[in-house]
Amino acid sequence: MKSSRRRFIKLAGIAALGLGAQPAIKAIAPAAQTGPQVEFSPGPNALTAKQWAMVIDTRRFNKPEDLEPMIEVCHKTHNVPHFSDKRHVIKWIWETHFHNAFPDIPNRFISEAAESRPYLVLCNHCENPPCVRACPTKATFKRENDGIVMMDMHRCIGCRFCMAACPYGSRSFNFVDPRTGLNEKEMNPKYPTRMMGVVEKCNFCAERLAVGQKPACVEVSNGAIAFGDLSDPNSEVRHLLRENFTIRRKQNLGTEPCVYYIV
Amino acid sequence: MLELAIKGSKSYWIWIVALLAVIGAGFLLYLNQLTVGLGITGMSRDVSWGFYIANFTYLVGVAAGGVMVVLPYYLHDYKAYGRITIMGEFLAIAALIMCMLLIVVDMGQPMRVANVFLYPTFNSVLLYDATVLNGYLFINLIVGWNVLQAERNGVHYAHWLKPIIYISIPFAVSIHTVTAYLYCGLPGRGFWLTAILAPRFLSSAFAAGPALLVLLCLFVRKVTHFDPGKEQIQSLGKTVAYAICINVFFFLCEIFVAFYSKIPEHMDHIKYLFAGLHGHGIMVPWMWASMSLMVIGIILTVNPATRKNETTLAVGCAVIIAGTWIDKALGMIAGGFVPNPLHEVNEYVPTLKEICITLGIYAMGALVLTILYKMVVGVKEEVRA
Repeated sequence: MKSSRRRFIKLAGIAALGLGAQPAIKAIAPAAQTGPQVEFSPGPNALTAKQWAMVIDTRRFNKPEDLEPMIEVCHKTHNVPHFSDKRHVIKWIWETHFHNAFPDIPNRFISEAAESRPYLVLCNHCENPPCVRACPTKATFKRENDGIVMMDMHRCIGCRFCMAACPYGSRSFNFVDPRTGLNEKEMNPKYPTRMMGVVEKCNFCAERLAVGQKPACVEVSNGAIAFGDLSDPNSEVRHLLRENFTIRRKQNLGTEPCVYYIV
Repeated sequence: MLELAIKGSKSYWIWIVALLAVIGAGFLLYLNQLTVGLGITGMSRDVSWGFYIANFTYLVGVAAGGVMVVLPYYLHDYKAYGRITIMGEFLAIAALIMCMLLIVVDMGQPMRVANVFLYPTFNSVLLYDATVLNGYLFINLIVGWNVLQAERNGVHYAHWLKPIIYISIPFAVSIHTVTAYLYCGLPGRGFWLTAILAPRFLSSAFAAGPALLVLLCLFVRKVTHFDPGKEQIQSLGKTVAYAICINVFFFLCEIFVAFYSKIPEHMDHIKYLFAGLHGHGIMVPWMWASMSLMVIGIILTVNPATRKNETTLAVGCAVIIAGTWIDKALGMIAGGFVPNPLHEVNEYVPTLKEICITLGIYAMGALVLTILYKMVVGVKEEVRA
């Protein structure tokens, strides 16, 4: 009896050791030996870039209604639920005032036009994202090939460390089942809905870029929002950045946001 | 030794059953949270951590505070503490179990908790926090259990324990340092972005932990035949007095830096807590209560006359526990998240359900502590007889 118990404990110990060592073994073992190599290549029409960036010409938007098409198309495309309870709100892209979008530029007297305009805010897909640094499971990560800050909804443990880390308030948490905030008839079957208890945010329409389409908000903006490769000096965004004076949100934090605003 | 915990008086069993009832109620509410989501709490996309994480932070401090009896005994050979080090270690175990439970109930997808170790992410402070908290829990279990067992058998504890005991001291400091790093490394959260956050956490921990130990010692003396000792309680009282003074001093340093530099990002959170911002000021009475309680605590513990009187010492310790709890649990979370990154004020109030779930976890901690202390008292009484 006693010896069998001892044997069991010994076996359990060895098993636990093996399990514990697995990540270490994975890290040390050369990639080729861990199994067949899977290579992902972009589709034939995919739009590619080294670092996607967005330039929003705020001069083109004068009243909050002007921003509605962008917000609506984004939230419809990605099945972003609507909740009337303020605490459960999910937003990927939304409208705010100058002083809320740029609280670090507290000029008391600024141009009336600039102050009264509505401002679109969304995830900045930072070059140096604090949310990615904070995430304990790599559920949020910066995609190597094009710099999009993405979410793996199946890995997220819902600790909300990324929400505390984001200095732009760009992240939302599914406090309740998001499907209860969606109208079944208006759902987009091409994009997955989320489950309760995970964090979500703007993904720069990674799913549309993969099939050769620009982000949904860019498409409906009538040219007021430009989208392109920040690392390509000949791209549309770099052209606009050369020609216009732009600002970014909280650039003093060193996150290098990739959403620029022409004011 | 566990058999010592199943022999008790009627009131002991009434206490155990009462705790089980609270745990059961909390568990049922947690099942509700699991099905409906964290929407049953008062948290929002602006205040995305709440009562759970607030109490977690506080209890990490209580766990770390146990080192204030371990260190003098093992490093300075302060013999008097030999009688109560076990109480510090077992308090740490109960506090850490509560910490783990609070983390789990705060998670949106608790069944994925293993992801933290399956995909270890070395740039995330959370991995280190999980590691040191678990490490400190096991160290205290091993040390506490073995030392108590040795005492029961009337022998000196095994020599291999000594290095583990020494390791436990930096570990205690590390658990609260790393917990502070969860907050103070985040850009754009002006209230937390201060190098003094970890020292502040430690000073309040070294006040609150020993203060709780004083109350526990007084309680144990009253209801059992084991007397933790007058000298021991007095020494703990002095530790509390120093630590609470340092804690208030650190806080005043924060106030000076924020309000002399006049940087809005740093001032606004403190203004919100102590005066209200844009007409929102739910925290104001709490924060002033916290400050008053800590000042009363300083008066009662620093003044030799009131420290030497065990009744006033107990009052001093109780107000320090309450004051530091408001400061570090409620204030730390509300102050950090309000105003939000867009400078909007959305306040947070915990719901009854989340308070009850937290109470269930506190009851769990009390149950663990009761069982462990029952063993301690049992062994001490046995040895004396």
